Amino acid sequence: MPESVVHREPVHRDRDVARESRRIERVLIGVAIFILALFFFAPLAAVFYEAFRKGVPAFWKAIADDDTLSAIRLTLLVAAIAVPINTIFGVAAAWAIARFDFPLKSFLVTLIDLPFSVSPVVAGLSYVVLFGSRGYFGPWFAAHDIPVVFALPGIALATTFVTFPFVARELIPLMQQQGVDDEEAALTLGASPWRMFLTVTLPNIKWGLLYGVLLCNARAMGEFGAVAVVSGRIRGVTNTLPLHVEVLYGGFDLAGAFAVASLLAILALVTLVIKTALEWRHAEELAVKRRH
Amino acid sequence: MKFASFYPASPLPGFRLALLATLAWIGVIVLLPLGGVALRSGQIGLEGMWNIISQPRLLSALKLSFGLSFLAGVFSIVLGGFVAWVLTRYEFAGRRFIDAAVDLPFALPTAVAGIALTALYAPNGWIGGPLDALGLKVAFTPLGIFIALVFIGLPFAVRTIQPVLAETEVELEEASATLGASRFQTVTKVILPPLIPAALTGLALAFARAVGEYGSVIFIAGNIPFYSEIAPLLVVTKLEEFDEVGATVVAVVMLLASFLSLFVINLVQAWSRRRLGHA
Repeated sequence: MPESVVHREPVHRDRDVARESRRIERVLIGVAIFILALFFFAPLAAVFYEAFRKGVPAFWKAIADDDTLSAIRLTLLVAAIAVPINTIFGVAAAWAIARFDFPLKSFLVTLIDLPFSVSPVVAGLSYVVLFGSRGYFGPWFAAHDIPVVFALPGIALATTFVTFPFVARELIPLMQQQGVDDEEAALTLGASPWRMFLTVTLPNIKWGLLYGVLLCNARAMGEFGAVAVVSGRIRGVTNTLPLHVEVLYGGFDLAGAFAVASLLAILALVTLVIKTALEWRHAEELAVKRRH
Repeated sequence: MKFASFYPASPLPGFRLALLATLAWIGVIVLLPLGGVALRSGQIGLEGMWNIISQPRLLSALKLSFGLSFLAGVFSIVLGGFVAWVLTRYEFAGRRFIDAAVDLPFALPTAVAGIALTALYAPNGWIGGPLDALGLKVAFTPLGIFIALVFIGLPFAVRTIQPVLAETEVELEEASATLGASRFQTVTKVILPPLIPAALTGLALAFARAVGEYGSVIFIAGNIPFYSEIAPLLVVTKLEEFDEVGATVVAVVMLLASFLSLFVINLVQAWSRRRLGHA
């Protein structure tokens, strides 16, 4: 990594009164690395170790299995539905909140954050209550032959719920910091609203938008609890990748479960790498504080 | 209120469209489903709800979930505060790599974390094996749930404390040292007090997340009723037993707990803005 893009310098001091001795410092660093190794690196290593424990052929067999491939397709499809929806509405919400003042605005921001405080299983349950066979709208959808629960629409809705805030909460503070000058200038110079949005707003927020979409996508592909409740776990039909991991694990196919899990671990690592690269290179164009 | 007065005075376009889209989106995806849960749980009346909540098995699960979530939150704050200190104060090879790795639990799907932790802490696992030889069982006990909740809570702790630590002025510590304080006194009397609001916020965030956590816990928990069964699992169990109303009652109790912790976060932040000038 190039040293020119220093992300956050630690505090530098030329006097020694306000610091530990070198030896204590080294011990503290060692303990911190040990804590993170224990909690973070060990589980990650265990996933890949277990995935390849029975050799590469067994790994490929688990990945190339029809049920796994179907789970990959469903996971990609669900993300392809939930992420764009939350991106479009996240941008709309950020525009309304960061650009205008209106009554109950802070209440609206709280509502947008709400899904992060709701248990994933409760999110899943809420769609069963609405669309299940005895749900409020379930009978109507059943009468019109539109399956929701135990089918793609339910899985996509539950995923949309849990990934709801990511884009909006990244964009709102960013757009508030950037202010309205650029956009007002564009309008004054005669740009139409859409032209202003596409040529001024969007380029200004593109890295923040990408950051939000990245986190939204990682959660959409990895969601377990919410999807577990609405999916019905029908092998090869309504199993997403995380659910397929559970089904294999429950069937004592540990090598298979960890092989599929390793795909999701790779997704997580790629997400972390891109996220970190964005934070290092485009720190100025992201919301200042990293929040989750 | 007339819409005219509601409509903000701004030269920028698109307010009405953006706000209506936002409200529709929140209404359909979040409020309608959660409203359905509240309505369904309420249809059996307060007494019916109480009959479900007071079932010993549910009470035991709620006690376990709330208790362990709180303990894991406190433990995460201590560990996370320490990690944040090392990351902001010391320069060492791989610091930025370690810093990036703190977010792993946010990125790693919970089911993957769940089976990985179980493999590690099972009696034949890398960590569980030696501990088992010492007579300490982790997987399939409440201790295993605690480990999973610390895994989930640690990044919340680090990321809420880290920015506050980065802003503290070293001059204060130097002044404290110059005035004759020992390093220990400086740490406990100068460095730690301003971190309290951030620590409380981190605790509330970690707690709210832990109470509802499902994927990373159910594999390592063993899910033995009255011993290692968590509240979110009972939502799923009741639903599988076709007791939808029962599931919604458990859900409402969990929702109230997370709203309460959100409320606490807001109180702490308002208090720290007043006292310390920052949130």
